[in-house]
Amino acid sequence: MTNPLVCVKRVVDSSSEVVLTEDGQGVDGRFAGFTMSAHEECAVEIAVQVAAAEGGTATVMTLGDADAVEQLRAALAVGCTAATHVVAESQTYGPADVAREIAAVVRDHEAAGTPHQLVLLGNDAADSGDFQVGIRLAYELGWPVVNGVSSVSVSGGEVTANGSGPDGHETFRLPLPAVVTVLEGGVEPRYPSVPGRMKAKKVPIEERQPAAAPVGPSRVRLVLPPPSPSTVQVLGEGAAAAPAVVDLFEQLGVLAR
Amino acid sequence: MILVLVEVSPAGEAVETSREAVTLARELSAAGGGVPIDAVVVGTPHDALVGVLASYGVRRVHALTGSAYDSFAGAAWAAGLLDVRERAGSVVVMAAGTPRGNEVLAHVGARTGVPMAANVISFGGLSPFTVTRQVVGGAALEEMRLSQRPAIFTVAGHAVQAAPADAAGAGELVVEKPDIADADLVARVVSTDEPEPDLSGALKSARVVVGAGRGAGSADGFGDLLELAELLDAPLGVSRVVTSLGWRPHHEQVGQTGSRISPDLYIPCGISGAIQHWAGCSTAKAILAINTDPDAPMVTKATHAVIGDLHEVIPAINAEIRRRRA
Amino acid sequence: MAEVPATADVVVIGAGIVGNSLVHHLTRLGWKNVVQIDKGALPNPGGSTGHASNFIFTVDHSREITDITLDSVAQYKEMGVFTESGGFEIARTEERMEELRRRMSSAKAWGIEAELVSPAFVKEKVPFIEEDQFIGAFWTPGVGVVDSLRAGTIMRERALATGELTVVPTVEVIGLDTEDGPHGTRRITRVRTTGGDIEAKTVVIAAGVWSPKLGDMAGISIPLTPAVHQMISVGPCPQLAGTEGEISFPIVRDMDTFCYERQHGADMEVGSYAHRAILHEPEDIPSIEQAKLSPTEMPFTEDDFDPQLEQAYELMPELLGAEGAEMRYAINGLLSLTCDGNPILGESEVGGLWTASAVWIKEGPGVGRAVAEWMTHGHSEIDLHHSDIARFHQHQKRREHTRLRTTESFIKTYGIIHPAEQYESDRDQRLAPMHDSQAKLGAVFFETAGWERPFWYESNAALLEEYGDAVMPREHEWDSRWWSPIINAEHLRMREAAAVIDLSAFCIFDIEGPEALDVVQGTCVAQCDVAVGKVIYTPVLDAKGGFRSDLTVMRLGDDHFRVVTGGAHGMADRAWFSGHLPEAGTTTLTDLTDDVSTIGIWGPRARDILSSLTSADVSDGGFGFLSCREVDVQGITVLASRISYVGELGWELYVPMSQAADLWEALLEAGAPHGAVPAGIGVYGTTGRIEKGYRAYGAELDGERSIMEAGMQRPKVKAADFVGKEAYLAQREASLQTVLCTLTVDDHTSASGVKRYMLGGEPILTREGGALTDGHGHHPYVTSAGSAPSLGKHVLLAYLPPEQAVIGTELAVSYMEELYPVTVGSIDATPLLDPTNERIR
Repeated sequence: MTNPLVCVKRVVDSSSEVVLTEDGQGVDGRFAGFTMSAHEECAVEIAVQVAAAEGGTATVMTLGDADAVEQLRAALAVGCTAATHVVAESQTYGPADVAREIAAVVRDHEAAGTPHQLVLLGNDAADSGDFQVGIRLAYELGWPVVNGVSSVSVSGGEVTANGSGPDGHETFRLPLPAVVTVLEGGVEPRYPSVPGRMKAKKVPIEERQPAAAPVGPSRVRLVLPPPSPSTVQVLGEGAAAAPAVVDLFEQLGVLAR
Repeated sequence: MILVLVEVSPAGEAVETSREAVTLARELSAAGGGVPIDAVVVGTPHDALVGVLASYGVRRVHALTGSAYDSFAGAAWAAGLLDVRERAGSVVVMAAGTPRGNEVLAHVGARTGVPMAANVISFGGLSPFTVTRQVVGGAALEEMRLSQRPAIFTVAGHAVQAAPADAAGAGELVVEKPDIADADLVARVVSTDEPEPDLSGALKSARVVVGAGRGAGSADGFGDLLELAELLDAPLGVSRVVTSLGWRPHHEQVGQTGSRISPDLYIPCGISGAIQHWAGCSTAKAILAINTDPDAPMVTKATHAVIGDLHEVIPAINAEIRRRRA
Repeated sequence: MAEVPATADVVVIGAGIVGNSLVHHLTRLGWKNVVQIDKGALPNPGGSTGHASNFIFTVDHSREITDITLDSVAQYKEMGVFTESGGFEIARTEERMEELRRRMSSAKAWGIEAELVSPAFVKEKVPFIEEDQFIGAFWTPGVGVVDSLRAGTIMRERALATGELTVVPTVEVIGLDTEDGPHGTRRITRVRTTGGDIEAKTVVIAAGVWSPKLGDMAGISIPLTPAVHQMISVGPCPQLAGTEGEISFPIVRDMDTFCYERQHGADMEVGSYAHRAILHEPEDIPSIEQAKLSPTEMPFTEDDFDPQLEQAYELMPELLGAEGAEMRYAINGLLSLTCDGNPILGESEVGGLWTASAVWIKEGPGVGRAVAEWMTHGHSEIDLHHSDIARFHQHQKRREHTRLRTTESFIKTYGIIHPAEQYESDRDQRLAPMHDSQAKLGAVFFETAGWERPFWYESNAALLEEYGDAVMPREHEWDSRWWSPIINAEHLRMREAAAVIDLSAFCIFDIEGPEALDVVQGTCVAQCDVAVGKVIYTPVLDAKGGFRSDLTVMRLGDDHFRVVTGGAHGMADRAWFSGHLPEAGTTTLTDLTDDVSTIGIWGPRARDILSSLTSADVSDGGFGFLSCREVDVQGITVLASRISYVGELGWELYVPMSQAADLWEALLEAGAPHGAVPAGIGVYGTTGRIEKGYRAYGAELDGERSIMEAGMQRPKVKAADFVGKEAYLAQREASLQTVLCTLTVDDHTSASGVKRYMLGGEPILTREGGALTDGHGHHPYVTSAGSAPSLGKHVLLAYLPPEQAVIGTELAVSYMEELYPVTVGSIDATPLLDPTNERIR
């Protein structure tokens, strides 16, 4: 049996123009709304698949304010069956702080009789982009860590993970327990079903306070880069543009046959 | 001393992003009054590589060797880097903001208990040591202070242009053979294969995608578009409204709620470019928009555009392709 | 960057369903040099049209909204973008079934095919519905879905084909310039945009949820609020996947859970009006770039939707729980809400600046046509007075008012709303000077135009015993909701002795100046060139001969007229008269509404009471009917006007607000020995007038009715010209298509034995229940209903086909799907009570 723990973060949906909060310490989600990153959606999907294959419990956790429950419910709606909420302002937590809080949850769950043999995270948070929480977590726990893989399977106490590296398709295989950070692309995260969403609403969420005061991120402030102007090259109008279009096809090498 | 992890391509060359990192390191070096720059590579480098790094101003090239480095293990790479750093006493550890670079420097950060900044595009000053880095996928920037030593950060791709130094460095090769603990080799690559074909659908792996939106006009309005797709050996991708209207099946939908595609060329025809759709195609390398409205978001965000009705433009393109092939 | 033309005859701001419809109809009606702009790109610039669920249920209790909707449906059909699906409104409770029966009344009154059906009937058409979840349904086969974006494009292209339209997308309005005109008026002169300035004398704001922001630029209030409507899309559902096209199954409105389920291809869209009202400020709507989907598709807030999800699942578990059916799309869609639920149409107080806002998909093309007609001819075929921007009083222009009222009414989107239902929020905006005294008398306050008006006084409850069954008590809760038999007791006491009625809500304005006579002569049908001190009751018409209003005018001097009109419609009347002041002249219009209170005293003892308080001659010889003059009433100078809307001897007394409370007390005190009581608007507005067959604007009278049809013609037409005269003269020559009649209910007993009392809006049918149709193709319905306690009858007013407009004709009224026998009692303005008006003298 394997009980994966998957860690998600409530972030502003970044598919539209980014608006910063007035204090410059975060991204304003009023207009775009909140979500978890695509990497984390895949990590959730993997956690659900692993738990199903191994007969374990997929637990989702987050560190965030009261509203972050929305992301926990989203994960519960697609198949996680337990949730832990470390109630804290994620903006005031640096990567090392978050790693320490996750480690505390893992230890406490083990002490309470639900050991997590596998902790899954996204490769990087969609907002702060630190690329390090999973690795710092592994050192906190003294576990090995595989980073940036897109498919993960567990069998016989071993985790096998695959991802693309500079030299080709790489395979990692190592004994549990382990930390794995996930890149999107290897699995298709499911959307919630109506019954799933209704079930998620009823799952009790373990609420807990942070284990320690945060050191904080080393952020001074956020700023926006200057906008990039339209660089469109108009090839022409109407049917007359056809030769220019096919020239472009040739130039891009998409016409070869 | 500034220590830069330099990644080596399968062909044995220093990858461009690593050379960019070294270039930025020189700025740092100059600001610090000429602090020497050392590089760390994994494996024994060719002379040419050492020469190139010397031309970039590198004083020493430390080569990590031994069986621990036969295949990738992030912890082992970090252990080697720190081994060099401890002996050389570097105050800055850098790498390119690649998956490997970010991963290894995260290990370095965790092992030293020091913050790590990913995807830095510039540094703002030495005291305090301030960098600016990309966050939110590059849509925003963060000014970050690295007050502990070593300062650990990776350099975002194309933040600076890689360029050799005015004065070459000594380029002295130092072969290192650090002792690596077994624990640092548990998570390592056990095999590397040729990339498998993407099985997640023709749309996602296609080099070219022909897109169609409401401008198609009706379920019968896709004939020319399908012919173009056939000529380019490209799948058809459609906007949400097209599937909503039942003109085309759902699996062809591109967008936030459909497939996200990254072809070399995307040809959206009669698609205005609602953000919902844009989210699914924004990573295409080139976009040729065909639209009657020159101000449509799809046109202004595209790399190339033809202004006109797709029912006039597409048949002309199809004819032109056939003419050239004939 | 797009650039706009430097000049235009008319600028239409907005390219949603309304703006597109407007440019089509304006060019069709001959407008030249039309410029349409939008800050978004075409064909979907990102407003509410772009995410609309696009389905149309045609039956509404409001005739105005129904007519606009039916016209829209006809236009959508003509454009080939309407798909008929049929629609069910299902009832989970008996209370809702009753509401559906009431909907049947409206359907019959408006001539829309509809039927009450069983759950089994629904199940046959919607096989995936759980039929044990509800008890019945209202089936409208003509319900359907439209492609509103396509319709917009078609209409825009038609306008472009005339060669008179220039469309400029992706330019944003940054200013609306006005210039000062005479009498403190302003006119629109220029639209400033990010693509340059456009000089224009006519501008229409058709910018949906952004309209208030644009209104602010010109200093006008467009009181709507962007509000969230939540919608999710679940699919693909195997039950739907095999069907052809966008929709194959009827739409289901689950009325008691405030939800709907609407097929969209292989997906089922579930929408909700059940969540808390989630309102936004127009300034807080994201830009196109900031928005994730579009500016009006805000991030979905799941918690608000969860209860609806369960209810929807209960209703369609197999479909919504089907293997592979996922929630792929969920939005908090923004749409426009107003304080009274009606659109905001017409010319604003800034001359040439029009609005067509707060319009939903079902109304878009109809509104476009009607507003274009209005802009072209000064009136529209469909009466739009409930939607007129001029209707708003000052307190209703506050954002706070819109916010509070829409918060209260959002949940009523699918709610059961009693015709007399009162709002609870933002009350006590305008209090009469005698308000405290009224409250002490146990007044039950109803609101009109922000005024708190006593509808009846609990202090008169003792009269109930005195009058016994003559107060016509109502057994059924619905019939007696927002009603009291005390109203009828007050009525009987008025007819027996006298009643004192607070009319502070009257809208009063003076027209003074050298052209004052020309102004009132030119707007009123009645002869206004009368002696000073005369009172004129007159219709006011639009150019096509439809009613704009009916009101009274007093000639206070050679160059001084005072207009008195109802509070509800007063702002529109004021705007109408203001619009007819000569631009070059010096005549002014002064609003006295907040300065002058009106108190009415009527009844056989009214003269005795008034004469006990004044030394003035108030005898019939000394103070004749339809005359007015200032009199001293216990030291208070009041303008007394001998007129009556309740068919009794008496006066309206106009008194400065500061002295109104004293006058009120004096009248009550002096009246008490004569048996006078305070009476509420229940008497003034319903029982008193209905016994006398007096017509009310908004009920019997509106832009689609004529003087002839209403039976209000006088033997002669004055020589002076007035608005609508030509049409009126033609109407006098033409044969009548419909006739306003007074009917009495012969038997109130329902099948259950409970006596039922109609409240208005019910269809009039043959005794056997057959449909009637007048010469306009309309079906008769009850325009006003109320007790006539002095007759001991329940009286209905309705326009009937001429063949049925014969005294004694036996017909039926359908109420809650049961027939009650009625008989025609009067076929013109002849009242059932006191036909020779003896009591008024």
